[in-house]
Amino acid sequence: MSQKSPVNWEQIEAKPEFRALLGRKSKFIVSATIFFMAYYLALPVLVGYFPDLMKTKVWGEVNLAYVFALSQFFMAWIMAFIYVRVASKWDKEVAAVIEGHH
Amino acid sequence: MSTSLIMFLAFVGLTLLITFWAAKKNTGASAYFAAGRSITGWQNGLAVAGDYMSAASFLGISGMICFSGYDGFMYSVGFLVAYITVLLVVAEPLRNAGKYTMADLLAYRLKPRPVRALASLSTLVVSTFYMIAQMVGAGAVIKELIHIEFAPAVIGVGILMLVYVVFGGMLATTWVQIIKALLLMVGALLLSYLVLQHHGFSFANFFEAVSKADYAGTAPPKNLLEPGLKYGAAAGAWGHIDLISLCLGLVLGTAGLPHILVRFYTVPDAKTARSSVVWAMAIIGLFYIMTTFFGFGAATILEKAKILTAAGKPNTNMVAPILAQHLGGELFFAFISAVAFATILAVVAGLTMSASASFAHDFYTNVIHHDKEHRPGDEIRVARITAFVVGAASIGLAIYLGPSVNAAFLVGLAFSVAASANLPVIVLSVFWKRFNTTGAVAGLGGGLIVSIVLILLSPNGMFGKEGAIFPLENPGIVSIPIGFLAAWLGTILTARDPQAESKFIELKVRAHTGLGAEKATAH
Repeated sequence: MSQKSPVNWEQIEAKPEFRALLGRKSKFIVSATIFFMAYYLALPVLVGYFPDLMKTKVWGEVNLAYVFALSQFFMAWIMAFIYVRVASKWDKEVAAVIEGHH
Repeated sequence: MSTSLIMFLAFVGLTLLITFWAAKKNTGASAYFAAGRSITGWQNGLAVAGDYMSAASFLGISGMICFSGYDGFMYSVGFLVAYITVLLVVAEPLRNAGKYTMADLLAYRLKPRPVRALASLSTLVVSTFYMIAQMVGAGAVIKELIHIEFAPAVIGVGILMLVYVVFGGMLATTWVQIIKALLLMVGALLLSYLVLQHHGFSFANFFEAVSKADYAGTAPPKNLLEPGLKYGAAAGAWGHIDLISLCLGLVLGTAGLPHILVRFYTVPDAKTARSSVVWAMAIIGLFYIMTTFFGFGAATILEKAKILTAAGKPNTNMVAPILAQHLGGELFFAFISAVAFATILAVVAGLTMSASASFAHDFYTNVIHHDKEHRPGDEIRVARITAFVVGAASIGLAIYLGPSVNAAFLVGLAFSVAASANLPVIVLSVFWKRFNTTGAVAGLGGGLIVSIVLILLSPNGMFGKEGAIFPLENPGIVSIPIGFLAAWLGTILTARDPQAESKFIELKVRAHTGLGAEKATAH
């Protein structure tokens, strides 16, 4: 479905505000992705290559491996929470950039 | 057994009623494929959760944890963390740039026909893979519930699902996902409660029992909390690499699953797409934490004989319903079985929907008929025929594989295929200006072929454990980099495509601002 009023994509893309926003956005997304992938992949690596360390008991029979696995859930929720907060700021900036273009 | 049958029929009746109600409201392609883009954030979040928590999550993971302990829990962790990839990388651009299918995003700046043809093929393959797992789970439940053979059970589920999709379309599947997600959460909470009650509401007692799981005194105790029961030294020299490979496939696979991606077209805008991921993550995360209770619970409460099949093999997909029967009696068993059945029916409907939408919209309309609908209503007709074909194929394959394959394992493979074929091209088309059509074709084709071939050559493949040419059960660690590499090489070895690069600017603005995105239709 093509839009009825053509949008001037190049003009918006060239706006310094848009480029600055995109720069900040990619910086956040790239660093967040590196962080969560590193945190997540540390789990199979530690569990596979340092099993004795991961079998250390921290609470009753609960070991480090289980606690680290459980912490992944909280890491994911916290990441999602942070992302939503940052993204709603971006929404406002986007609204300012496309003002008058639609 | 009659209580279970009555509850069963009641649920099936209710879901079909919803389907008919929705079918009356269905007009035109946007309603059939994208629910009129009128679904709200929390509704879609529940629906995403409903689409996602499949036979693999409920039946498969609980069996995996019961028999492999900690290593089985890795599926639960990966299935949730994968949503960060969806949230950060794909959900919003996809909503802003697409219309009905995953391929819309790719076709936006690349040559539509080759890209759509391959994206449609890979959608069909991933969906069929995923569906086999559902059919295996469904067959196991029905077999246990009404004591019929596995094959007729699977065929029965298949026919139900087809009626479903053909009459309802996406709006009906959305509502079924929502209802099913709620039912599944209630079932999981009750089951976890009963497990904790059995252990005197003490986590210390519970974990104590898990560390000495002896299958109710019928087997030598095993510490199920220790990693390595499936992927440790016991699994041979490749165990550690296989675990990393599994984790990579899981964390990158969700963002390439066609039936999850199409859910973001059912919401009005990117902001709602974002909030629906967050809702989904809350529900899915809670559910996966609870898998420890029913997986470990089955290992600590049930006798070994109860969780083995007649042939003495692990009844790998049935430990959760058997646990429910043991702890809550026949009525609870019926409820949990109905929940499992609803779960599968809903996921199968979602899968069929996305596969048939892709074939009808991408292949039939865009590749064969050059983006013109041949005759009005044709696209929906082709989608319905595709639903039958995909349904029949997965029924056949499920019967061929039989009831003893773990559903979570099968779905894990579908994730690896999706991560290898779909994710690289989605990411590169949104973030890399130079990316061109040859790159997309190479990435989709290369990722698809390599991951499938590696599965066929794996210890579970055609040559068995001894004759396996590829030592890993999970292909991700090799096939995902190859998917990216093929997409990159295909691009840099061929000429620049000025049109794709100029359209990239348009895609970029559109993906980040939502300008020109498909709007919600008024009902």
